[in-house]
Order: sequence, then C-alpha cells, then structure tokens
Amino acid sequence: MTSRPSLYAAALLILQRDLRLAVRRPGEWLQPVAFFICVTLLFPLALDPAPERLRQLAPAALWIAALLSSVLAIDFLFREDGRDGTLEQFALSGQSFTGLVLAKTLTHWLLTGLPLAVAAPLAAVALGAPTAAIPGVLLALLLGSISLSLLGSIGAGLTLGLRRGGTLVSLIVLPLAIPALVFGAQATDLAIRSEPAAAPLYLLAALAVLGLTLAPVASAAAVRIGLE
Amino acid sequence: MNWVWFHRFGSPPYFYAVAGRIVPWLAWPAGLLIVAGLYGGVVMAPPDYQQSDAARIMYVHVPAAYVGLMSYTVMAISAAIGLVWRLKVCHAVAAACAPIGASFTAVCLITGMLWGQPMWGAWWVWDPRLVSMLVLLFFFIGYMGLRGAIDDVQRADRASAVLASVGIINVPIVHYSVVWWNSLHQGASLIRKGGPAMPASMWVPLVLVIFGFTFYFYAVMLVRARAEVLRRDRGGSWVRELLTAPEQPK
Repeated sequence: MTSRPSLYAAALLILQRDLRLAVRRPGEWLQPVAFFICVTLLFPLALDPAPERLRQLAPAALWIAALLSSVLAIDFLFREDGRDGTLEQFALSGQSFTGLVLAKTLTHWLLTGLPLAVAAPLAAVALGAPTAAIPGVLLALLLGSISLSLLGSIGAGLTLGLRRGGTLVSLIVLPLAIPALVFGAQATDLAIRSEPAAAPLYLLAALAVLGLTLAPVASAAAVRIGLE
Repeated sequence: MNWVWFHRFGSPPYFYAVAGRIVPWLAWPAGLLIVAGLYGGVVMAPPDYQQSDAARIMYVHVPAAYVGLMSYTVMAISAAIGLVWRLKVCHAVAAACAPIGASFTAVCLITGMLWGQPMWGAWWVWDPRLVSMLVLLFFFIGYMGLRGAIDDVQRADRASAVLASVGIINVPIVHYSVVWWNSLHQGASLIRKGGPAMPASMWVPLVLVIFGFTFYFYAVMLVRARAEVLRRDRGGSWVRELLTAPEQPK
C-alpha cells in the first residue's frame, strides 16, 4: 500500500493546481473583479454625482457590488471539477473531504476575494473616499470576502450540477450573507468618515472565523450529496 | 429505553395510517380554539390603553409569528433527523412544513405592516426583528426553490435538509433580536419575568389563538405529509392495496 500524502500536502497540491488553472484561464478570476468595478462605477452614473452624496453612498455601493460579484464568481468553485469527476476523486482519495473542500474554497477566495479586496480601495477612492480610508476599506473587504466565499461554497455545493443553479445560488447565499454585509458596510462607512472602525472589523473577523469552522462541514456535506 | 414506537413512524404505511387518525384530533380543537380566542380577543377583551382597538390585530400577528418560527424549527429538526437517520417520512414532514411556515411568516409580516402603519407611522421600518423575520421568509423560499430545482427526490431531500439546518441560525436571531438590539418592535410581553404584561382578559385569548394556530399547523402539516408520502410511494405495494382494498365499514 502506498503511503498517502498528508492533508496539508494534499491541500497544497490543490492550491497549486487551481492557481495554475487560473493562470491559464485568467477570465475566471478577472471577470468577477471587472464586474465589481463596473457595478460600483454605475452608481455615480445613475445618481447625481455630488461628492458628498457619493461618499455617503460608497459603502453601500462597494458592498452590494462585492456581494453580487462573489455570488456570480462562486459558480466557478465546483462546476468544472464536478463535471469532470475531480470532486469524485477527492471523495475517494481517503483524505478528509471537508479539508479538501476547505482548501478549494480558500484557493477560490485567493482568486476572487483577494482581487476584490485589492480593487475595493480604488473604487472607494473613485467614489470620493479619502486616501486615509484605504487600509480600513481593504481590511473590511479582506475579512468580509472570506465569509462570502465560505457561505458561497455552501450554496455552490447545494446547487452542484443543477441546470437552474444561477439564481438559486443567490437566493440561498444572499440571506446568509446579511451579517457580513451589515458589519462590512458599517466598517467601510466608519473608515471613509475617518472614524475608528475596529468594532465592526472585529465582528467581521469573528464571522470569518465562525465561517472557517462551520461552513466547510456544511459545504462538504452538500457537495457529497451532489455527487451521489 | 424502547424506541420501537419511534421507528414504526419511519414506515410510510404506518405513518400514513396513524397521521390520518390524528388529523381530526388536531383540526377540531384548532377550529374551536381559534374561534374562541378570536372572539375573546376581538369582541370581549378590553381595548389597549394606548392603541385602543388597533392592538386587536395582535391576536393574529403574534400567533402567526410564533407559528412561523415554530414551523421553521420543526422543518429544520425533522430535516436533520432525516439527514442523519435517512428516514423518508421525516423528509416528507420537512417538505410539508415549508409552504405552511412561509404562509404564516407572510401573514405575520403583512399584519405587522398593517399594525405598524397607524402605530409607528410607517408600513415598514428597517428594524432587526422585521428584517430577520423577512430573512426567515427568504429561507423558506430558498428551501422550496432548492427542492423544486432538484429532480431526484432523495437528492432534493438531502440537499434541502442541509440548507434547512444551516438556516436554523436565524431562529434565535429573530427571537432575541428585540433583546440584543434597541428595537422599535416591542419586547416579549407574554412569556417574561413577572408574568404577562397584560391582563388575563387579553392574554388568555392570545394564548388560545397561539394554541389554535399551532394545532392548525400540525393538522395541515400532517395532511400535506400524508399526501407527500403517498406521492413518493406511488409505485409501492401498500399504496396499491390501499386503493384497491374494499371500503371498510367505519
């Protein structure tokens, strides 16, 4: 019997593989960011772009765009691997399936959540936020997008292989994402108004940790059901 | 402890027969309790000291909210039992809960809006309790949407059970939202330290309607669950026997 690599090694392999795939198919991770920037920049066009009003609106615009973009991007998480049987191999590999699903979700976050968090300060500045707000906005989006990716993995698992998956994922994920939206928009708002944003940032971090511990269990169960 | 009685409920024919016998015992008390409670609340109870007769919508609003939350809890628990022990009947029960719970939640939201307009001066306010109740409605809709989107019955059962179990976090949030946040919505007035915050002539009818709605929920849920069990086992021998058996004298 050949020795099995550790879960950590397996997770690293998944990370390498998915990053390599992303380099060869840049559309998958570039499109959600482009969508995010596009949606945020629609707000000043739809409104009277008075600087004061834009600044008030910036947190809502950023977070709603981030939410929509992450719901759209979550479609890529399991779709290809579900179709070509890779997920079945994961399930048969003898490794902890929850661990592998978590590794996939975190890689997905690196590819979609992280670019979102990097793009957010740019969009915030374009909406009139002071440059001093950049660290706060970045941190809020970093922490919030972790929760969004983890919640999204549950929705993606539940709708694995369904024909009408797209709108259903949003219907499942968006209600679950409300706490992240509330605290994230609050933190962004405080950062833009140059006030201490530590309290909502701590809550966002708590949500991310809660998601890291509980969401992989649910999404692994969901993916397993989808594979049957 | 002997669990045979419980396991027998896992058998669809047994569940179908027993549930059919239980339904009238729930439906009749439900009707009587609702009529008695609404008569007591709408006709006999004194008007509220602040809101006068407008507060009488409470006799529908509060029980609907209670039963909406309860049906989500029943749905999630029975879905989780079905997921762990693979009991088909539990999944049928969970599936039967969703539309009823969604309706009660919608009734609660609509009566709340009708009540909020004259009292708060707004149909809707962005208040934690209102929002979390609305989210509850979305969970019901998402649950039904997921069930409807999956063709394979067993897969639909198991996937929707995962979703129902995840969504259960919302139930304590709704319940405690008026305690945790400064809410415009009033706090608990019935079950609280020091007894109800209203005279017996008001809380007794309220409790009657709550029990009435609860009985009604279980009666309708069992009717729906029976139909669901029948639909799933439509090819089964016991259904054929049921249909072809000669009418038994009552």
